[in-house]
Amino acid sequence: MSSPIDDPDTISRPPDGRPADQQPAWRQDFPIDWPQDQYVERRDFVRFLTLTSLAFTAGQFWIAGMSWLRAQDLPEGRRVAAVADVPIGGSLVFDYPNEHDSCVLVRLSESEFVAFSQKCTHLSCAVIPRPAEGVFHCPCHEGLFDMRTGRQLAGPPPRPLPKIALDIRNGEIFATGVENRTV
Amino acid sequence: MNQTGRPYTREQRMPIVQGMLVFVLILVILQLWLLTATMNAYLGGDTAIVWPAAVASLICFALNAGLVRYLRKLERRR
Repeated sequence: MSSPIDDPDTISRPPDGRPADQQPAWRQDFPIDWPQDQYVERRDFVRFLTLTSLAFTAGQFWIAGMSWLRAQDLPEGRRVAAVADVPIGGSLVFDYPNEHDSCVLVRLSESEFVAFSQKCTHLSCAVIPRPAEGVFHCPCHEGLFDMRTGRQLAGPPPRPLPKIALDIRNGEIFATGVENRTV
Repeated sequence: MNQTGRPYTREQRMPIVQGMLVFVLILVILQLWLLTATMNAYLGGDTAIVWPAAVASLICFALNAGLVRYLRKLERRR
């Protein structure tokens, strides 16, 4: 039988490096294998991080799956309103492409219409059109978007408002698609 | 086993596991950045990077899992 000193793994060194008899009483009363403790801590942390890595990978594939589903589900065109229903400088709220996707149509001039998703790109509060100032205002965190382009002007929103493609024929306005943008 | 053919002692495995920890931590931070950037791009309608980012993340995970597997191997050889 070999003595414990032959196996380097059985040697336990207290964290401060002093000999065992100079350690505080509580450490002498409850001795643990400190190097082993530190080793297991780090090893388990590596394992935990690897699980986190797996979760991030799953998240990436979830986004990829959602992206694929979105590509399969292209919105169809839908009538929004008649041109005469919206006065110059006026606005109209409508749902597109789904029932709960609120959008705002704004008439900028006699022949110029723009429409954007009403969901603020920060935390999805409903933006309010302010035609006199030429902006959409988000009351939750004071975000501002340009009314003509939908691009963010101030506040925390990270992206422009999704733009709704419009088609005007025979005095009727149709929504024909949604354009999401990063800049 | 090390170059002399002996199994690694705990003292020798300690720097190995610390090196792994640093490497895995860097990869996980990279994956977190990749996830947030991809989510931002996806919400902004830019789907071109979604699949390459997923593959990159999978490679990072494979590296991490490989390191954990290697560590288990080191412990089993004792």
